Amino acid sequence: MSYELSHLRELEAESIHIFREVAAEFERPCLLFSGGKDSIVMLRLAQKAFAPCKLPFPVMHIDTGHNFPEVLEFRDRRTEELGARLIVASVQQSIDEGKVVEQTGVRSSRNQLQTTTLLDAIEEHQFTALFGGARRDEEKARAKERVYSFRDEFGQWDPKSQRPELWKLYNGQVRQGEHIRVFPISNYTELDIWQYIKAEEIEIPSVYFAHQREVFERDGMLLAVNEYTEMQESEKPFMETVRYRTVGDMTCTGAVESAADTIDLIIDEVAATRITERGATRADDRVSEAAMEDRKKKGYF
Amino acid sequence: MELLRFATAGSVDDGKSTLIGRLLYDTKTIFQDQMEAVEAASEQMGTEYTNLALLTDGLRAEREQGITIDVAYRYFATPRRKFIIADTPGHTQYTRNMVTGASTADLAIVLLDARNGVVEQSKRHSFLASLLRIPHLVLAVNKMDLVDYSQDQFENVVGEYRDFASKLDIGDLTFIPVSALHGDNVVDRSENMEWFEGSSLLHHLETVHISSDRNLIDARFPVQYVLRPQSEEYHDFRGYAGTIEGGVLKPGDDVVVLPSGFSSRIAEIRTFDGPVEEAFAPMAVTVLLEDEIDISRGDMICRPNNQPDATQDVDAMVCWMTSETKLEPRMKLAIKHTTRMARAMVKDVQYRLDINTLHRDETSNVLELNEIGRVTLRTTQPLFADEYRRNRATGSFVLIDENTNNTVGAGMIVGTD
Repeated sequence: MSYELSHLRELEAESIHIFREVAAEFERPCLLFSGGKDSIVMLRLAQKAFAPCKLPFPVMHIDTGHNFPEVLEFRDRRTEELGARLIVASVQQSIDEGKVVEQTGVRSSRNQLQTTTLLDAIEEHQFTALFGGARRDEEKARAKERVYSFRDEFGQWDPKSQRPELWKLYNGQVRQGEHIRVFPISNYTELDIWQYIKAEEIEIPSVYFAHQREVFERDGMLLAVNEYTEMQESEKPFMETVRYRTVGDMTCTGAVESAADTIDLIIDEVAATRITERGATRADDRVSEAAMEDRKKKGYF
Repeated sequence: MELLRFATAGSVDDGKSTLIGRLLYDTKTIFQDQMEAVEAASEQMGTEYTNLALLTDGLRAEREQGITIDVAYRYFATPRRKFIIADTPGHTQYTRNMVTGASTADLAIVLLDARNGVVEQSKRHSFLASLLRIPHLVLAVNKMDLVDYSQDQFENVVGEYRDFASKLDIGDLTFIPVSALHGDNVVDRSENMEWFEGSSLLHHLETVHISSDRNLIDARFPVQYVLRPQSEEYHDFRGYAGTIEGGVLKPGDDVVVLPSGFSSRIAEIRTFDGPVEEAFAPMAVTVLLEDEIDISRGDMICRPNNQPDATQDVDAMVCWMTSETKLEPRMKLAIKHTTRMARAMVKDVQYRLDINTLHRDETSNVLELNEIGRVTLRTTQPLFADEYRRNRATGSFVLIDENTNNTVGAGMIVGTD
């Protein structure tokens, strides 16, 4: 026996440790699930942390109402297989109740509105810890965020007063009304995620694999033709073989041209790519240099 | 593929950002859009060259003020290893940040400028690396291009550093002459320094032997979570979930559970993927015992003939991490050690250490932000502890302010009695 762990197994052990630590120290944790590959990996890790018990916390999806149908179907099926309790918090409902106002115009997106729906749901269910699938390699602001990311009663993140995080000694002390976001896969890269999906033979939604889709080009990104996005006159739809590197709201998640229709081909593609996944596929991060930092301070994921 | 975590220490002037940028760039980790964003930002800020520091200075406040607030984590991989860099900035908050970044590191790179030799800052970085027991230290003598790649100059710096380092407890020390700007000895061996017979920095990072750094002798299993499915299928199941923090555990091993002192035997070690024959650090597993004993979170499973100290009196080196309060005698704090929470009272600050000179100031009995000192604590409950030099997991703790809930201190246990 060599007493060595591969990098994937070491990352896995770290994640499992974090899941257990939070479940032990927090009264009402919840796992945020988007249907994307990162949150699917999160579900597997949570399952590993507590087997043979069921997940000791519910799973919550913030549904913008603009999701890929394939992803919603996957979400319902996967949570049922796990016997997990699924909570769906709806942005549409927040709009209907007048809590937020829908943006109008060609470039409108419900991305910003999610924050209100999320914070309302946290308050309604009195969650004290929310697991998120963010990774530090995704974005510069996230590179500096702790595994336990402390939020005040307004859900705000203050990057200047983060608690030091040493060894594996996570500080889970919070006051009434405050909560933490927890990022168990902070140290995975996009490539690690794909390698883990392969090693674990984890099923993922079909939109991640190359398929034919009607798209149009905007700001150098390929957006799916869909009922929620209004096309400008200059924008012409065409068929293309594409896949998604990230899966979020249809109105702001771009597809990439790709023929990768197996996990192995995707891994080859990710290993060779020269553009970050958020840079390639997220209109929401392009608004300004500090787009993510600003949204996080307001309580975003 | 193995994982290596390393910390980098040095200020911008030493070329730390350039070195990290070089490692990322030459291993094809910097993406085109990141590079374009950095180029655009450099241009906007009016700098003449592409400022690679902008790759790591992630937050708006940092870019505006040109400072680095915090530890940033960066990732890259080669076909041999995956690397996690804890990049810690060099300004006044330095100690707190480096202690944080160093706490999980297998290796530290201390950078210094070949023209200046060993300066106060290099001593401080090296001391912190040794205090945090980072097993491997690399002294990267940078800017060799500015001293004409001179072997003599390199040897002088090495000699000077060795004199100083003999006072420290450093396991494995490697010297590499580099030019981060031109890439000499960073990824490939330099043609400008044929006299240097060692490996390039990246080659060293890829090959340094780290698996022996783990403690495979003292079996330590702090119970993190008790699994009781209470389902039909697992009617009497009671599993103790946790992460192995030392040694090797096997089914059939005799064990003792602290604090109760009850003994039992390991019936099975489970993971989601099935039972395992052996478990070692840092595996996260579930242990089943043959006997039904009352065990809860914070308890420690270990071998009867090799137990940690169960103690309420802790003697430790503490780094104070807040400006809100000072650590002083009679102060009460929350303490987190392994999976155990307790309260602690400061009994004494024996001395404060000047981390530049290593002088012990015994006249001071308080610690302020970024200060390190030898502290004795009395805890409300026993901790199951080892010396930090023996085990980084069972020898470390954090102190939490009970009013603000902030993490205010980091401790490394020197003794228990």
